[in-house]
Amino acid sequence: MSAQPAAGEEAQDLDQASAKPSLAISRAALDAELKSIIADVLGIDADQADELSEDSGLFGHLPELDSMAVAGLLTEMEDRLDIVIEDDDVDGEMLETYGGLLAFAITKLTES
Amino acid sequence: MIATWQAPLKDGSTSEELLFAVDKKRPVRILILPALFDEANKLRRFTVQLMRALDQHGIDSYLPDLPGCNESLIPLQSMSLADWRTAASAAQTQLGATHVLSIRGGALLSPEGVSGWSYAPVSGAKLLRSMIRARTIAAREGGRAETSEDLMKEGRTQGLVLGGWPIGPEMFRAIETAETREDDAIISITQNDVGGAGLWLRAEPGENPAQVEALAAIIAANEGAVQ
Repeated sequence: MSAQPAAGEEAQDLDQASAKPSLAISRAALDAELKSIIADVLGIDADQADELSEDSGLFGHLPELDSMAVAGLLTEMEDRLDIVIEDDDVDGEMLETYGGLLAFAITKLTES
Repeated sequence: MIATWQAPLKDGSTSEELLFAVDKKRPVRILILPALFDEANKLRRFTVQLMRALDQHGIDSYLPDLPGCNESLIPLQSMSLADWRTAASAAQTQLGATHVLSIRGGALLSPEGVSGWSYAPVSGAKLLRSMIRARTIAAREGGRAETSEDLMKEGRTQGLVLGGWPIGPEMFRAIETAETREDDAIISITQNDVGGAGLWLRAEPGENPAQVEALAAIIAANEGAVQ
């Protein structure tokens, strides 16, 4: 997709947002990278990480994901996605599900 | 082999600290400067396994405790980064190490003039950022509001407990701006070179024999290349 839809033409879903020319990384690539980061931080297989869906629970659901691991996860996301995550960005919604985290990453990459 | 070494202190006295060594009087003797703070917990086993793997390659290695760490009787909050640098340098001389291998934040202490390697070196600012973030997230879970900014301020003036490690104000301020040693005498080994994901990322201390062997092989292969 090379042209942006005109404003108000239709509600932009995440796929369209990620197709903006300013965004160097596609949603699929971001999805893969985020899963790889989670696999690295939790020490799980790539296959297991691949099974994460939008509704998969993260913080509070995965015993490995304690506060120290979340901090590691966010720092690794900053490094590998080249974003800066502020204190205020970190909330329950963003960490509750995999979909929440992916949506957060997309928002960060779109606004930067 | 468990032994001890004498770490110099600021007041001119010394402190007896634990030393884990694989010492068979061989020509290549590597001083290991371990990962710092929370990462030290996660990489301790990896580090000792690495020493055993280096032994298989015919290389001696030494892992001295820094004053304030592990079994040390010195309170960690009294230590500064400069104290640790002095200790690292003294350990190199006392043990007659021919090379230095730093792991992660250990690269902040690598003594100038000694050749060797840095494995996945990390700046002090990054180390702090991750530990401060862990603390704010834990606080939020516990219903307390702590901001990174306030914690940084507190750390600089009074010191801060991060990941269970009481860091004194002097150490805190120095780490904030501390950079890893980078010069021609140091070969930087990235996690990509070793393969897989760094064990410091894990929530719990883990192990990975393939990574240990890969890192030992890289060191053994270019031990002659570092001057």
